[in-house]
Amino acid sequence: MEEERQRRGGGVRLCCLCNRQRASLKRPKTLQQICRDCFYRVFEDEIHDVILSNRLFSPGDRVAIGASGGKDSTVLAYVLSKLNHAHSYGLDLFLLSVDEGITGYRDDSLLTVHRNQIQYGLPLKVVSYKELYGWSMDEIVKMIGVKNNCTFCGVFRRQALDRGAAQLKVDKVVTGHNADDIAETVLLNILRGDIARLSRCTSITTGEDGPIPRCKPFKYTYEKEIVIYPFYFIAAATSTAAFANPSPLSFTYAYFKKLDYFSTECIYSPNAYRGFAREFIKDLERIRPRAILDIIKSGENFRISTTTKMPEQGTCERCGYISSQKWCKACVLLDGLNRGLPKLGIGRSRAGITGRKDRNENYGGKSIDNKQCGTLDF
Amino acid sequence: MIKSKSSSSLLCSSLSLARVLGFLRTTLLNMQLTLEFGGGLELLCDSKKIHNVNVEQQNGEDKLTMKDLLSWVRTNLIKERPEMFMKGDTVRPGVLVLVNDCDWELSGQLSTSLEEKDVVVFISTLHGG
Ligand SMILES: [Zn+2]
Ligand SMILES: [Zn+2]
Ligand SMILES: [Zn+2]
Repeated sequence: MEEERQRRGGGVRLCCLCNRQRASLKRPKTLQQICRDCFYRVFEDEIHDVILSNRLFSPGDRVAIGASGGKDSTVLAYVLSKLNHAHSYGLDLFLLSVDEGITGYRDDSLLTVHRNQIQYGLPLKVVSYKELYGWSMDEIVKMIGVKNNCTFCGVFRRQALDRGAAQLKVDKVVTGHNADDIAETVLLNILRGDIARLSRCTSITTGEDGPIPRCKPFKYTYEKEIVIYPFYFIAAATSTAAFANPSPLSFTYAYFKKLDYFSTECIYSPNAYRGFAREFIKDLERIRPRAILDIIKSGENFRISTTTKMPEQGTCERCGYISSQKWCKACVLLDGLNRGLPKLGIGRSRAGITGRKDRNENYGGKSIDNKQCGTLDF
Repeated sequence: MIKSKSSSSLLCSSLSLARVLGFLRTTLLNMQLTLEFGGGLELLCDSKKIHNVNVEQQNGEDKLTMKDLLSWVRTNLIKERPEMFMKGDTVRPGVLVLVNDCDWELSGQLSTSLEEKDVVVFISTLHGG
């Protein structure tokens, strides 16, 4: 069978790293043709290097992994607990999930997170919109229809994650944003002329001035490799002794082989604009895979001129959450909901209410609109 | 006279039999494959992730390539939104293809030739996570 397979594509291609095994993956980052075992090694080693060179953690840190049940956070939870063990980072890891209250949909991905909790042996905390805000996403949609609700989704989720992290008393939150995600965000910020966000969105750690910093260990990791990682797992585990030293994680291969993550596109948001940006990135990647890293680099190298006004950071008078305005975005949205004026705080001000234009722009009506969610990611 | 005629018709019919058999072989080249859809692509084909299929090669070719398979899948398995799966004659960018667990970028993508019992996996990376 092996011989039969090697016949294809004009002969045997050996892994360019070990020169021993058959290559089974072309790395988008380097165009190297490598075998599964080498893939595992370089995939995990690179993330370890990123963690070290950016000093993402300190020994003893309590770290929450934003777990959506999607592929990125599922792989992140696994790899981070593996590295934590293998390299003695000394981290206390937690899974942190947000339950938006979308019936029949979020339930499935939360189930995945619950399975991950058992598989990885990590304590799980779930915070819900209902308990934090008094409104579930389903109730919000009932009230305002399906058009603008992703504004709520995005703003509420971000804050929910911070509140959950505060309850867990963690020092840091890590999210599964990968290189493709970041390139896409850079592009969107360019398209929107949002210079302030442009360079900030490429930072590996954000919110250091806030209560709980967030970081993205997958900043330089291609989505393709994240998707393929769980897939090759079982093969590596069975074909070689690579997994001869089983970690203390109670982790079942079968689940991973089945790609135990849930596709978490928000059902309330087709978000066409983000979709186009995504597709454009993927088109570029097909022609020249380096494009993704180059776009990130462009974002990083953007320097903000002194004339660009950066919003001042303060705290929300109402709930104490970090905010550049009197009230944070979630409180403005909630206020609208509770007063039966759910459109309050969504989008730019209209010509009809000119008197409030400045305040509205100021307080960030535009950026709320921008932070629509395309996925249930954080 | 009669005898020679019958032998020639016998020859004739055995020739046509051979032709028919050859025809059958090339038109109904049946290949058993296992196709797996993931990352949301299964939603396009009856929410079923694994499909054991028999793919018939139609155009008289003796082999089946990924290009043939893709058009077969599009016609026979994809029930909705084919644009989520394909773009032009290949998969949409962001859809990962593995042939027997091997990245199809190493085996020649569309020109990869398939063999009996091969396992082909399609995973969309376009969904969030
Ligand atoms: Zn190798
Ligand atoms: Zn949404
Ligand atoms: Zn507030």
